[in-house]
Amino acid sequence: MKRVAIVGVGQTKFRTRRDDKTHPELTYEAMKKALDHANLELKDIEAIAYGTMDPFDGIYCPERWDVTSGGVGKPFMKISTGGTTGLTTGLAAYEHVASGMFDIAMAVCTQRVGECVDAQPVLNTAVCPIYERHSGAGAISVAAIQATVHMAKYGTTEEDLAWVSVKDHQNALKNPNAHVKLDIGVEEVLNSPMICSPLKLLECCPRSDGAVAVIFASEEVAKKIRDNPAWVLGEATISDNYYAGDRPDLSHWDTLSIAGRRLFRHAGIDNPIKDIDVAELYSPFTIQEVLELEALGFAKKGEGKKFAKEGITFPDGDMPTNPSGGVMCTNPIGATGLVRLAEASLQVMGEASNQIPDVSTALAHAWGGTLQFHTLMLVSSKKKL
Amino acid sequence: MVLKFEAKWEIPYVHSAGEHGTKFFEALREKKILGVKCPECGRVLIPPRAFCERCFVDTDEWVEVKDEGVITTVTVTYIKFTGLPDPPYATGIVKLDGADTGMLCLLGGVDLSDWKKVHEIFKPGTRVKAVWKDKPEGKITDILYFEPVEG
Repeated sequence: MKRVAIVGVGQTKFRTRRDDKTHPELTYEAMKKALDHANLELKDIEAIAYGTMDPFDGIYCPERWDVTSGGVGKPFMKISTGGTTGLTTGLAAYEHVASGMFDIAMAVCTQRVGECVDAQPVLNTAVCPIYERHSGAGAISVAAIQATVHMAKYGTTEEDLAWVSVKDHQNALKNPNAHVKLDIGVEEVLNSPMICSPLKLLECCPRSDGAVAVIFASEEVAKKIRDNPAWVLGEATISDNYYAGDRPDLSHWDTLSIAGRRLFRHAGIDNPIKDIDVAELYSPFTIQEVLELEALGFAKKGEGKKFAKEGITFPDGDMPTNPSGGVMCTNPIGATGLVRLAEASLQVMGEASNQIPDVSTALAHAWGGTLQFHTLMLVSSKKKL
Repeated sequence: MVLKFEAKWEIPYVHSAGEHGTKFFEALREKKILGVKCPECGRVLIPPRAFCERCFVDTDEWVEVKDEGVITTVTVTYIKFTGLPDPPYATGIVKLDGADTGMLCLLGGVDLSDWKKVHEIFKPGTRVKAVWKDKPEGKITDILYFEPVEG
């Protein structure tokens, strides 16, 4: 595997609807921003990995449309793996370069969840049509059943979870691309309408329209493009069983723990909370940040609940988490995982809108399916830890 | 002012249960729940499947499990989503006696208006039993919901 760096990042503004643009026009906007950021031209991009999830946008194979925004005549690969789509698309573009087959590849993801009038019926079709769909399960209820178990097992409270939302919303105020901008405190979260118990409206992500692009380059090329690239130290991706009832214990995210250990071993990380400066985790629902912090070893089992409340995950805490405002405030679902990588890379470059001081290493994560897939990428200002 | 155009996906599908799954649905007509036992790891799997995805072996041994079990988790949905059940409805996972996996299902038989009370009634470990349709048709919805076992 060749050493690879991220050399350019482009994000559109994410909003409830981006009525100003069509699907490929959004893709074009993100690609152009990433090229400008890297000071490259479209002709420099040798291959493109593209991610989206068709039913949210109501277009079968939107890549047919979006390939026109810069992909025509180039190798083009589509990725679609539920919520991990975005980060796995990043992983695909990374592997294009790491394999030695290309010197510069781009990952680009576009999703218009805002154009989908109601996302939950789409998410309901993700569960088994003959055994599970009648249960009315969607993404929110699947996160809610994790919360119920965590609360019963570890005494996690509604207030503990509300603090995660407060932290993300405060962070989003500093991110011009973030979708939901609300200056809220714990009381507002606790008093917001119940959606799927125990999760309330302000503990759930929005449906967002937008696009994101990330450019990967081989070591020799990356050094010429910029002096502050984000070096990719490693990646991991993992899958689990299909049925929701097959997970033995919803209070732990075991597959994420396994993926995390694989990545950390590869990258030489002994103590995640010490060795990683920022995490951009895929947490569309408050409870999931808690589970992810625990699964990845940032928190001990059952102790992740305290992290937001005690300020550990706030920008000035020991483990700043989702300084972008996270998925809580911006969720163009199939693009969201790549937004995590874009934001983690910007932190490493020192160019994030809500920049954490002295970041050298940042982690990007996404989950997808009915709690089924995880993808991780670790980026750093150093070539090696 | 940007123009917008409405569109809708309304596409009918007919999904196969497979030969293996068909056995499960035929048993439901007699108010029986069948699982398959993996010859390698010994887990009893519900929904039944023709192979164990952990051991990658065929699963041909059928086992009847109880229509009673314990609650793993619960949530009550209070918002109407397009095409999903009318709120409030309680979704949970029940681990049936004799099975090693849980079943994603509806929970009921209790007042769902106060979520905290519902979570107390259906707290993890609570014993529940299936409430069946009077005349089962061989569909998963033959089990209307699971309700708490009295006493």
